[in-house]
Amino acid sequence: MTVVMVLWCCLALLLLAVAAALGGRRAFSGPRVYGGTAIICLVAFVAALTGTYGALVLPIGLPWLGAHFSVDRLAAVFLALIDLGGGGAALYAIGYGRHEHAPRRVLPFFPAFIAGMNLVVIANDAYTFLFAWEVMSLASWALVMSDNRAADSQRAGVVYLIMATFSALTLLLAFGLLAAPHGSYAFADMRGGTLPGWRSGLVLALALIGAGSKAGLMPLHAWLPLAHPAAPSHVSALMSGVMTKVAIYAFIRIVFDLLGPSVWWWAVPVLTAGGAAAVLGVLHALMERDLKRLLAYSTIENVGIVFIGLGLALAFRANAMPDAAALALSAALFHAFNHMLFKSVLFFGAGSVLVATGERNIERLGGLIRVMPISAACMLVACMAISGLPPLNGFASEWLTFQTILVSPRLPQWGLRLLVPTVGTLLALAAALAAACFVRAYGIAWLGRPRSACVETAHETDRYSLAAMGIFAALCVLAGLFPSLLINGLSAAVQQLVGSRLPSETGLAWLSIEPMADRSTSYNGFMVFTFLMIAALVGWLAVRILGSRAVRRARLWDCGYPDLGPSSQYSAAGYAQPIRRVFGPLVFHSSETVVMPPPGDLAPASIRKRTHDLAWEMLYEPVCDAVLALAELFNRVQFFTIRRYLSFVFLALVGLLLALTLWQ
Amino acid sequence: MIQALLAQGVQAFLVLLAAPLLIGHVRRVKARLQRRRGPSVLQPYRDLRRLLQKEVVLPETSSWLFRVAPFFIFSATWVAAALVPTFATDLLFSWSGDLIAIIALLGTARFLQALVALDVGTSFGGLGSSREVMIASLAEPALIMLVFTVALIAGTTELSGIAAAVLSPTIGLRVSLALAFIGFVIVAIAENARIPVDNPATHLELTMVHEAMVLEYSGRYLAVIDLASAVKLVMYTSLIACVFCPWGIAPPESTLPRYAIGLAAWAGKMLVAGTALAVFETIIAKMRVFRVPDFLGIALMLGLLGTLLLFVSRSL
Repeated sequence: MTVVMVLWCCLALLLLAVAAALGGRRAFSGPRVYGGTAIICLVAFVAALTGTYGALVLPIGLPWLGAHFSVDRLAAVFLALIDLGGGGAALYAIGYGRHEHAPRRVLPFFPAFIAGMNLVVIANDAYTFLFAWEVMSLASWALVMSDNRAADSQRAGVVYLIMATFSALTLLLAFGLLAAPHGSYAFADMRGGTLPGWRSGLVLALALIGAGSKAGLMPLHAWLPLAHPAAPSHVSALMSGVMTKVAIYAFIRIVFDLLGPSVWWWAVPVLTAGGAAAVLGVLHALMERDLKRLLAYSTIENVGIVFIGLGLALAFRANAMPDAAALALSAALFHAFNHMLFKSVLFFGAGSVLVATGERNIERLGGLIRVMPISAACMLVACMAISGLPPLNGFASEWLTFQTILVSPRLPQWGLRLLVPTVGTLLALAAALAAACFVRAYGIAWLGRPRSACVETAHETDRYSLAAMGIFAALCVLAGLFPSLLINGLSAAVQQLVGSRLPSETGLAWLSIEPMADRSTSYNGFMVFTFLMIAALVGWLAVRILGSRAVRRARLWDCGYPDLGPSSQYSAAGYAQPIRRVFGPLVFHSSETVVMPPPGDLAPASIRKRTHDLAWEMLYEPVCDAVLALAELFNRVQFFTIRRYLSFVFLALVGLLLALTLWQ
Repeated sequence: MIQALLAQGVQAFLVLLAAPLLIGHVRRVKARLQRRRGPSVLQPYRDLRRLLQKEVVLPETSSWLFRVAPFFIFSATWVAAALVPTFATDLLFSWSGDLIAIIALLGTARFLQALVALDVGTSFGGLGSSREVMIASLAEPALIMLVFTVALIAGTTELSGIAAAVLSPTIGLRVSLALAFIGFVIVAIAENARIPVDNPATHLELTMVHEAMVLEYSGRYLAVIDLASAVKLVMYTSLIACVFCPWGIAPPESTLPRYAIGLAAWAGKMLVAGTALAVFETIIAKMRVFRVPDFLGIALMLGLLGTLLLFVSRSL
C-alpha cells in the first residue's frame, strides 16, 4: 500500500537526518546524504504513482487519537509532486552541496524537510497534520538560517519564524472549528459534519490566511522573498517549488474536502487574493535585481495563478457546475505541477551562477551563455516555460485557466460575474508581465557582455547539477507537448473533489486537450511544436539554398564612439524603468528625483528612485508598532516593588472571588 | 480531408508570399499621399532578395542564440499566421491552436526578439527591448480581453468557429463587437510597430522600438526577421478581417469558384486595410513613448468593458 511505503520512506529520511547530524563526517558526507535522499524520494515517487489508496492508524502521537495516515487520490498527486521535486533538488545538491560553507548546518535538515512535507500530505488527522506542518516549517527555518554569516538571513529567519508560527496558529484554529461538532480531530470525522454558515466562512478565512501565508499570497507574502533566497539554492528550489504546493494542498484539503459543500461567496476572497498576488508578485519581480529574490517574487505570482484556478473551482462547485469546476481545478493543479518543474530549474540555475561567479545581483552579470552554455540552454527553456509561451508547459496550464474564465458567464451570481472578468484581466496582465520579467532576467544575466570580472572566471557547473537541470527542463518540454497525459493523471484527484473530470484524452485526436465537451475548442502542444520545427526548418533551408553563406565577424557598431565599455549596456534597473513608470506610481508609490549639483559645481548629477513595499508599510509595520507599544506598556510592570506585586495578587484574588460570587 | 489539407497548405504559403506585397502597398499609398511617386509595390521582394545575397556581419559579442533566434521568430509568426483563416475557414489543423494559442505564439516570437536584442550588448538593443516589453505588457492583456469578448459572443475561441458565428444571422450588430473592433485595431497598430506607437521608417534613437531591436542584424538574418514582421502584419489584418468582416470567406467543403470568391474577397480586404493604414499613418503624428500606455490602456479598457457587458447580458 502506498501509505505504508511512504511512511517507510519518511522514516528512512528522518533516520538519514539523525545520522547526518550525529554520524561521522566521512561516513555521512554531503554526496552520500543527498544521494540517499534522492533514492528515497524516487522510491516514494514511484509508490505515489503506482500505489494503491488506503489508510492506517499508528499507535503514536496523542494516546486517545493515535496517528492517522492515508493516501487518497488528492494526496497521491501531491506526493508525486513533492517527491519528484525533492528528488531533483537532492540530485542537484550532490554537486552543488560541495560548495557549501557549512554543510553540517544543512545536511541533517534537508531530508527532515522532505520527510515533513511528505507527512503533511499523508496525515489524516489534525494533530498529525499540524505536527508534520511544524516539522516542515522548522526544518526549512533551520535551512534558511544555515548561512548564519549573512545579516539578511538572520532577519529572514526571524520574519519566517513569526509568519510560520502565525500560519500554524490559524490552521490550528481552523481545525478546532472543524472538529467542534464531534470533538474529534480525525479527518474522517470532520468530513461528516456540516458547520453553520458563519463558522464555515470563518474556517475558509482561517485556511486562506494560514495556507495562503505559507504559499505566499498577498499581503501575507512578506517573509517569502526574504526567506526563500536566503537558503542554499537547492533548498530555495524546494521551498519555492514544493513547499508552496504543500500549502496549496492544505488549502485544498481543508476547503474542498473537509469543509463540506461550498458557498458561492467563498470564491470572492480567494479570487481577489489570487489576482492581487499574480500581478503584484510579478511587478515586484520585475523591479528586483537579486536573481534569487526575483525568482521568489515570481513564485508569489504563480501561487496567485493557482489560487485564481482554485477560486473559480469553488465558485463552480458552489453552483453545482461540476464540469466547469473540474476544468478550473485541473488548471490549478496542473499549474502547480508546472511551477514546481520550471521554478526548480530556475533556482538550480541561479545556484549554479552563484557558485560560478559568487554573484546574485544581475547588474554585475552578463554573457553567461558563453561560459555556461548547457545551464544557459536549460534556463532558457525554464524562462520560456514560466513566461507562458507555447509550446511549453506554462502556456498549457494558463490556457486552461483562460478557458475556465470563458465558461464563467454561466455563473448565476452578479458579484462573481463582475469579479471574474476583472480577475481575467489581472491574469492576462500577470502573464504578459512575467514574459517581460524573464526577458529582463535572462537577457541581463545570460546575454550581452560581462558587466564585471567575476563572469570571466566563471565555468560550467558540475554534471550532477546539469543532470538535474536537464531532466527538469526536459520535463517542462514534455509536459508542454503532452499536457493531456498529465491532466489525465490529475483527473482522479479532480474527480474526488468536484465529482467530474475533463474529457479523457483518449477520445481526442493526437492527445489534444479540450476544456469542455460541449465547446469546440482545443489545443495541442505537440502539433504546435511540430509546426514550429517544420516552419523553422523550411525557413532555414530556404535561406541556405537561396541566400549567401558568407559571414564576417566584426566589432559592434559603436555609433562613432569608439570603445564603448560593457557599462554602456542597458542595466537591469534601466530595463525595468518604462514598466516602473507605468505601474510604479500606483503599485509602489515610486518616485524619481534628479539631484542637480549647484551651478559651477563639477559633481555629477544623480537620479534617485524610491519604491515602497506597500504591504510592509501598511500591514506589517503598523502591527509591529502596535506590538512594540503594547510591550512598552507592559514593560512598566516589570519594575514594581514586591509590595506592589503582593497587592496585585491580593486584588486579583478579590476580583476573582467577586466574579465567582456574582456569576452564581 | 484532402481538400482541407490543400486549403491549409495553400493558405500557409499564401500569407508568406503575399506579406511583402501588403508592405509594398502600404508604402506605395503613403508615398502617393505625400506626393511622392514611391517605389514599386514589388520593392519589398527586391529588398528581401538583396538582403539574402549579402554577407552577414556578426558582432563579435553575439552568441549562438543570435543566429538561431531569427528562424524561430519567423516560424512562430508563420505558424500563428497559418492558423488564421484567410480565404477559407476549413483549415485542417485549426484544432491544434485556438485564438489564445495564436496570440501566445506571437508572444513567443516577441520574447525571442526582445531577448536577442540584449544578446550583443549594445545600448540600442536594450532600449528597443525594454520599450518593446513595456508595450507588450499592455498590448497582450488587452488582446486577451478582446479575444474574451469575441469568444463569449461566438461561444468558442477557435477562429473558424468565430468566423462561422459572426456570419450566422443570430449575432448581428452588437455594442461589444464594436468595442472589440476598436480595441483590436489599436493593438494591431501597436504590435506591428506602426505610427503612432512606433515608426517603421525611422532610425532616430528617441523614437525607435522595433528597429532598435534588430539594429545589429544584417544580411539573411535581417531578411528572415523582416519577412516575419511582414507576415505579422498580414496575420493581424487577416485576423481582424476574419473576426469582424468574414463576408466572402469560403465555408468548409466549398467548390473551386467559391474559393476564388473567397480569395478575391480576402485580397480586397487586404487592399482596403492597407490603404486605411497608410492614410491613418499619414494623418497622425508619432506619440511619445510614455503616451503609449494611455493609448493601449484604451484597448485594455475596451476589452474589459466588452467582456463585462457580455458577462452581464448575452445580447449586448
